Amino acid sequence: MVGVALAVAAVATLAAMVSGVVLSARRRVVWVGLLTALCAAAGGVAAVGMLAGGATVTASFPDLFPLGGVGIEFDALSAIFVLATAVVALPAAIYGIGYSAHGPSSRPVQAAWPLLVWSVMMVPAAGNVTGLIAFWELMALSSLVLVLAEHHHNPEARTAAQWYAAMTHLSLLSIVLALAVLSSNAGGDSFAAIRADSGHIGPTAATVVFLLSLVGFGAKAGVVPLHVWLPRAHPEAPSHVSALMSGAMVALGVYGLVRVGWDLLGGGPTWWGAVVLAIGLVSAMFGILHALLSSDLKRLLAYSTTENMGLVFIGVGAAGLFAASGNRPLAAVALAASMLLVVNHAAFKALLFLGAGSILTATGTRDLDRLGGLGRRMPVTAATFAIGSLAIAALPPLNGFVSEWLLLQSLVHSLPSDAAVVAVAMPVAVAVVALTGGLAAATFVKAFGTAFLAMPRTVEADQAHESPRTMRIGLIALAAACVALALAPTALAAPLQRVSLAVRGLDDGRPIHTNGVYLQLSGIEAGLSPLLLATGLGVMMVAALAVVRRGRIRRTVRDIPAWGCGRTVQTARMEYTATSFAEPLQRVFDDVLHPDIDIDVDHHTESRHYIQAIRYRMHIRDGFEHRLYLPLLAVVRRWGDGARRIQNGSIHRYLAYSLITLIVVLVVSR
Amino acid sequence: MSPTGVVVAVVQVILTVAVAPLLVGMMRLIRARLEGRVGAPLRQPWRDLRKLLGKERMVSANTSIVFSLAPLVLLASATLVAGMVPFLSTTSALDQVGDLFAVVYLLLLGTVFLSLAGLDAGTAFGGMGASREMTIAAIAEPTVLVAIFALSVSTGSSNLGTIVADTLAHPARAASPASMLAFSALAVVTIAETGRIPVDNPSTHLELTMIHEAMILEYSGPDLALAELAAHVRLVVFLGLLANLFFPWGIATTAQPLHLVAAAGAVAVKLVVLAAVIAVVEVFIAKVRLFRVPELLAASFVLAFLAVTVSFFLA
Repeated sequence: MVGVALAVAAVATLAAMVSGVVLSARRRVVWVGLLTALCAAAGGVAAVGMLAGGATVTASFPDLFPLGGVGIEFDALSAIFVLATAVVALPAAIYGIGYSAHGPSSRPVQAAWPLLVWSVMMVPAAGNVTGLIAFWELMALSSLVLVLAEHHHNPEARTAAQWYAAMTHLSLLSIVLALAVLSSNAGGDSFAAIRADSGHIGPTAATVVFLLSLVGFGAKAGVVPLHVWLPRAHPEAPSHVSALMSGAMVALGVYGLVRVGWDLLGGGPTWWGAVVLAIGLVSAMFGILHALLSSDLKRLLAYSTTENMGLVFIGVGAAGLFAASGNRPLAAVALAASMLLVVNHAAFKALLFLGAGSILTATGTRDLDRLGGLGRRMPVTAATFAIGSLAIAALPPLNGFVSEWLLLQSLVHSLPSDAAVVAVAMPVAVAVVALTGGLAAATFVKAFGTAFLAMPRTVEADQAHESPRTMRIGLIALAAACVALALAPTALAAPLQRVSLAVRGLDDGRPIHTNGVYLQLSGIEAGLSPLLLATGLGVMMVAALAVVRRGRIRRTVRDIPAWGCGRTVQTARMEYTATSFAEPLQRVFDDVLHPDIDIDVDHHTESRHYIQAIRYRMHIRDGFEHRLYLPLLAVVRRWGDGARRIQNGSIHRYLAYSLITLIVVLVVSR
Repeated sequence: MSPTGVVVAVVQVILTVAVAPLLVGMMRLIRARLEGRVGAPLRQPWRDLRKLLGKERMVSANTSIVFSLAPLVLLASATLVAGMVPFLSTTSALDQVGDLFAVVYLLLLGTVFLSLAGLDAGTAFGGMGASREMTIAAIAEPTVLVAIFALSVSTGSSNLGTIVADTLAHPARAASPASMLAFSALAVVTIAETGRIPVDNPSTHLELTMIHEAMILEYSGPDLALAELAAHVRLVVFLGLLANLFFPWGIATTAQPLHLVAAAGAVAVKLVVLAAVIAVVEVFIAKVRLFRVPELLAASFVLAFLAVTVSFFLA
């Protein structure tokens, strides 16, 4: 069944691409959407079949591609990432029908979209080095086309695409190098051959492979300091594409790291885990601080992706640390927490990006400071965005909380007898996870509160209206996915166990088991029942409502003016904006962020005591971009300028170069 | 989930809700007496709530459903936690439903909803309160979770019932350095999260200095009653947690009625002592500036961090 589903996905993709090129603009959008949804659904069926206990599917197409051909090896680790992709891609494809109708409907964009969905699903399914690299590059190129989709009326998209192209190829380069070292060591190109040989690989070669794959896959995951493309490229792509890129594509960085570091190489020394953990800690803090201070909604979501990938890296790094210090059951719990976070993140981040897309379609802006009052104008978007916000802030009883809880449990239960680095790293990790949790709550209170509540701040926001039906279906489906993942994590216990069994370096019995509606962990006395928590909250709310309703007077007086301390008119200009909401936290973290703040005060011409206008501008520079990338780019540019002195366009000089080269060649080869 | 466990949970919820306004009344009375005033009687908060419940609801223009939902979620999260925390007995049915982490995140859920409600009316005061409340909640979070970490190192579990039972079994642990440090860290956070002086002034009348009061400025009638009651219950929950996690003596390990009555007496004494200490201290200190609060919370974080390190290296 799994193999058939994968074949259906491939055929659906081909059909979608053909219809994207052949059909007329109006039909094209519908057919591409439906066929892409079919592709995603087929991938989802394959993943569910695999996680429900299917045997690993292998296939080989040696003539499909030069070098080693394309091999397929679809196991539980592949399946959990394909599942995450399907959770995003199916609703996003339906949503894309309505979204593209008024926007990106050109042929290249409509043909690249199904290709991106398919290649994101096929990267984890690849079973040899050549196949992985082929799908990886297919994914990179199709997403690049989609980032450029709206470059006609959005010049920002061009710079974003340049950054994206550069970083994604840096990523490809280091992955190719890492895998080349691996396969040349193993004398074979298939993952099975590499695994069989992993006992013979020397420590130096293993370290080189690990570091190269950390750079390559880390760049795709958007972790610090390789994140610079992410907050540029994700906001510029069409929203359903952003959803797939942020929800599923970046997670493949985690997939690659786990596959190469802990499956193919079978794990390594303690410092591997420590490095991954450290990167995760910095990324989580960095991502959430920038998300907190962004007032561009899609940029905020992109930075929050860096944060969430940081949290996943914390889980993977902790798993590596525990495994290296011999605490395998705990390593399995940490890995299960990361994998659950990958799936949860796919659901809620895609939901939020689609919600941001609906806002963008309705108002034409992504700037939170220009929105407001959308809750009553776009009720479906508001309700689903609220679910996504609560989920991403890791609040119970939604799905984000379950993975956050698992992650905290795995970090807290390291034993004093574990390695010293564990004893130092774990309290720091818990503190960072806690602080990112708190800041994420503040960030999404800001995002939801300023976009959907209170009064509209601009005419565009005032005239907003709910999105078309296909877009609403996409939103509702993802919100339902968040709720389902929250209330039925017990159903995920067995699949997560299969995932941890599939990773050689971290495998251990049963990380999570279920006891009725309770979720329990192996070797840890702690339980959680999200279903009962939700029920408890519901019962308490009904009880509170009953008390209120018993009051003697049941009249509700609506539309009274808000309390204003004596002033008579309330305007939207008096509201707190997203920027002012985040201001106290910006002050707290002033020393870390160094914001550039400009305040221009215009005085009246008659007297300096009367102020005409005040302009406040705040810009937060990305510290890594400023201190690391810009100097690097300057060096490259200076090199280029130097090279120009040799290449000045004079034919005489080129003839001289040829002559000199000829002489050198003759002398050397004599 | 045993039937007796369910009974214990329900009794805890009912007792907490009944006692919470009285405890607040007591704190106000102590404060009034120390300031040389007669003060309102002990049950004044209950009278206020009853009066408010009898009034008509007034909902300001611009608000959405979030405004009406927030007091319900706030009260529901606080009361659910009151059922989960081991106040009377370690055998509460809700003990396995969620551990200490779940308790912390449930309380954060209430904070988030109240902040959203603060933003909903579109006034500057509501937004200001919401922004400040989320700032404090966010930077208090690391202290809380690291303190929980310190508590769970020695017991090997973050389950409330387990931690309490373990401290009962090993009384020396209550006096260990890790436990003391964690207690002081959580005490600072309790002050901050329940909006007491020096972080927030619950009896302020000046909008610009408000945090909690600014968020509920738009509420009136039954909605205000719910928000007020929820704030009282949260105070009891925080104080009760602080009392029973570190000084669990008197708590019942069974669900026998006689033991439960004794445990209720014990926890009442502990709550009264803690509340009285807070009320007395509040008379003598002033509220600090908002931007000094992070320093206070950073200090509490250091204490919590030390607690973990100590429990790791002395274990």
